[in-house]
Amino acid sequence: MTADPRPPMQLVYEKSQPGRRAATLPDPELPVPDLPEALRREQAPRLPELSEPELVRHFTALADRTFGVDTGFYPLGSCTMKHNPRVNERVVALPGFRDLHPLQEEDGAQGALELMWRLQEILAEVVGLDAVSLQPAAGSQGELTGLMLMRAYFEDRGEGEGRDTVFVADTAHGTNPASVTMAGYKLQKVGTDERGNLDVDFLREHVDERTAGLMLTNPSTLGLFDERIEEVADIFHGAGALLYYDGANLNAVCGISRPGDMGFDIVHYNLHKTFSQPHGGGGPGGGPVAVRAQLEPFLPVPVVARDGERFRFDEDRPKTIGKVRGYYGPFGVFVRSYAFIRSYGPRLREMSEVAVLNANYLLARLRDAYDLPYDRLCMHEFVLSARTLKREHGVTALDVAKRLMDYGFHPPTIYFPLIVPEALMIEPTETEPKERLDAFADAMLAIAREAAEEPGLVKDAPHRRPVKRLDEVKAAKQAIVRYRFDEHPDAGAAREPVQPVEAPKGV
Amino acid sequence: MSLPYLSLTERDRDEMLAAIGVSSVEELFRDIPEAVRFRGDLDLEPPLSEQKITAHLAELALRNAHTGVELSFLGAGIYDHYVPAFVDAMLARGEFLTAYTPYQPEMSQGVLQAIFEYQTAICELTGMDVSNASGYDGPAVTADACYVAKHVTGRSKVVLCEAVSPQVRRVVKTYAPGFGLEVVEVPHRDGVTDPDELRAAAADAACVVFQQPNFLGNLEPAPELAAAANEQESLPVAYVDPMSLGLLEAPGRYGCAIAVGEGQPAGNYQSYGGPHYGFLAAREDYVRRMPGRIVGETTDLDGRRAFVLTLQMREQHIRREKATHNITTNQTLLALAGLMYLSWLGPQGLREVGETCLALAQYAKERLGLPLVFPDETTFKEFAVRVGRPAREAVAAARAEGVHPGYALGRDYEGLDDALLVCVTEKRTREDIDRLAEVLRT
Repeated sequence: MTADPRPPMQLVYEKSQPGRRAATLPDPELPVPDLPEALRREQAPRLPELSEPELVRHFTALADRTFGVDTGFYPLGSCTMKHNPRVNERVVALPGFRDLHPLQEEDGAQGALELMWRLQEILAEVVGLDAVSLQPAAGSQGELTGLMLMRAYFEDRGEGEGRDTVFVADTAHGTNPASVTMAGYKLQKVGTDERGNLDVDFLREHVDERTAGLMLTNPSTLGLFDERIEEVADIFHGAGALLYYDGANLNAVCGISRPGDMGFDIVHYNLHKTFSQPHGGGGPGGGPVAVRAQLEPFLPVPVVARDGERFRFDEDRPKTIGKVRGYYGPFGVFVRSYAFIRSYGPRLREMSEVAVLNANYLLARLRDAYDLPYDRLCMHEFVLSARTLKREHGVTALDVAKRLMDYGFHPPTIYFPLIVPEALMIEPTETEPKERLDAFADAMLAIAREAAEEPGLVKDAPHRRPVKRLDEVKAAKQAIVRYRFDEHPDAGAAREPVQPVEAPKGV
Repeated sequence: MSLPYLSLTERDRDEMLAAIGVSSVEELFRDIPEAVRFRGDLDLEPPLSEQKITAHLAELALRNAHTGVELSFLGAGIYDHYVPAFVDAMLARGEFLTAYTPYQPEMSQGVLQAIFEYQTAICELTGMDVSNASGYDGPAVTADACYVAKHVTGRSKVVLCEAVSPQVRRVVKTYAPGFGLEVVEVPHRDGVTDPDELRAAAADAACVVFQQPNFLGNLEPAPELAAAANEQESLPVAYVDPMSLGLLEAPGRYGCAIAVGEGQPAGNYQSYGGPHYGFLAAREDYVRRMPGRIVGETTDLDGRRAFVLTLQMREQHIRREKATHNITTNQTLLALAGLMYLSWLGPQGLREVGETCLALAQYAKERLGLPLVFPDETTFKEFAVRVGRPAREAVAAARAEGVHPGYALGRDYEGLDDALLVCVTEKRTREDIDRLAEVLRT
């Protein structure tokens, strides 16, 4: 097996040469006024000094050392790494969208307002709820918004003091409990039963008049639809509490089952997952929130309203929680997601059907080679475990993930959900062809064989990436988080053994 | 019509269903209780071909008066600076565009190194020790800074200067109840913040947030404001415009604990308010309380330098309810645009853009010949003038002539109904300013 031909690179700061530049700038030939000395900058920031050709090469080389959906299969569970249509990139760059100032008067932004209004309507229909705020910048901000809506709702009913607890499943993304803390609520964890559903008996016992609500992903991060969701909803509603739907896994159920019909009162979407906003190496995303009618008065302002043929911002909402982000939300994300949804229309159902078909097919091909903690049909993703490989051959989920890189695949999410030891969480999405799924399955099966026959090959992987495994403990200990110019330590001066860290990677 | 982004043939489907052991796709959904199944079709318009999508979106875009249609002097937080072609070209690389958070560093050394370089650029601009990999936007990272300050100081009062952007103040106030923060505002005095008044307000406060240049366009006595906060052991937080930092002193050099801001002016289009990136940088002491992703340097098995997400013990996917923040998806692509733009400019370019804005704004002040609202204050690229009638009327009248003259400050500040905040970036020319003067005179 040949090594990767791409060596580590210099930093852009290390390539910098004083006096070089890429920028050409207009010169208005006007005198420059003096600034007060006390406010004037003394030392220039040490930004890179490179010509444009060298900058292009630098960033091209960085791109070449980055793996995206465009590069290959990226089955990162719960992240919905689907194809990002290029027409969306074309339309978002239209000057009418790209160069529009957010404080432009409403009559000069009718096209943008109409797009936002239409997206609100579409999103409400997809989840079966009444009203939508597009404002939150990502799923996590949507969660926090949802919990603030919950608080405002109960305060308005005079129950603000009494209800202080939010229930979160033990399979939940880490964002859910983190959001509960940030919103000022107490956390109550809920376990998972032997079929992978929420522990309903526990809920019956513990949900009471102090409960504000439940945060749930359905299908869960195990890729399983909660078969007892109606009972769960009845328990919370029976206690006067609300249900929050974490839309991370909405890609499984568009047109098939709507969170509003399941009993959820608040939903967040992940526009970068379900509706194909490119993930951008970590973002941007979009996290709109939908609510049932009784929560609508509390939505962030402004909401886009329609008066006949005119569209306007509705700011006059006395019970609003306020603003969770500047202006109206990540508008460029709305343009891409709107374009994406218009390419499907009501056939979004087929999108979800194929996502679920692809996942079940991969599961069928892999179920005998890895442990399957919950033996059910899956939804758009599934969770395997490498615990037998670990016990018998000392090969962990991390090792399998690293070895997949040698086969040209991005690894799945690993060590998550936390309740499955040695978890491998696999989400193929609807955009992959059967050949790609087969190639991935073949690689996973080959790795399982390698684990038995030549475990060292797997445990030392990857062998074909620009770097081998990294010392994550050292990174945290030395905490070098910026280039230090003249004082920067020599790269690779100290050689210490690399220690594996078994922490969630993905989601 | 076929659906373009799906890849299965009929034959593939049949083979896959057989391998799964079911006879139909419908059967895959048998775990969903009947009562919560959605029957029928979603009430959405029929699918469109790519060509029709393009035409439909182009029609919507045409109904927006963007800055190519109206000659724009509108700023107030989002700015029309030039974005070089190089940035567009590099951002369009599919590897950057379609990757996600670099959880698996061996797959993602490129984007990890780029984020490390971004963090370095932000530290250089702000004079701080550490930067995160980006937050949602300027307002959101300001709320984050207050949350950090609360944990660092154990205090819950937050002081916001009234001359901080109304968008920012509104967002901080929205998060305050959940974060357990009490917000106090300090009014501006003739367009700037009074250090003595700020010092009094900062007693028992976790932090003090001021903006430089402030929302009204004026330069605050920033070093004095930071000193006032420090005297009360309250963390000084500066909300800064990155485009000013070639000329104005870095917050880290005059005693600030945290620097935040809206990254949009540096490398992002206006895009009707988003997506953009918020930057958040701090002194080293606070690194373990910071929100969001941070990339650090390490080595691989062979001792080669490499980059990896680090200090993850702060983060939600490890620490869950004990995390410093819930942020997951951030604004990496927009932050990379910021890095690319700042690399394109270099230190000299950043300074020159600032000087051009400063010079053009001075020219505009003189050319408009309107009374300044704050005649004693120094400004950067924005300044407030009195237009002799409600500014909203002046805006409407100018727009009828194809010029957007600026922001009506009365939208946010009492007593400033006749005040117009005019913004001049390097994209405007002397002729543009002459035209503005002509339009405002009528």
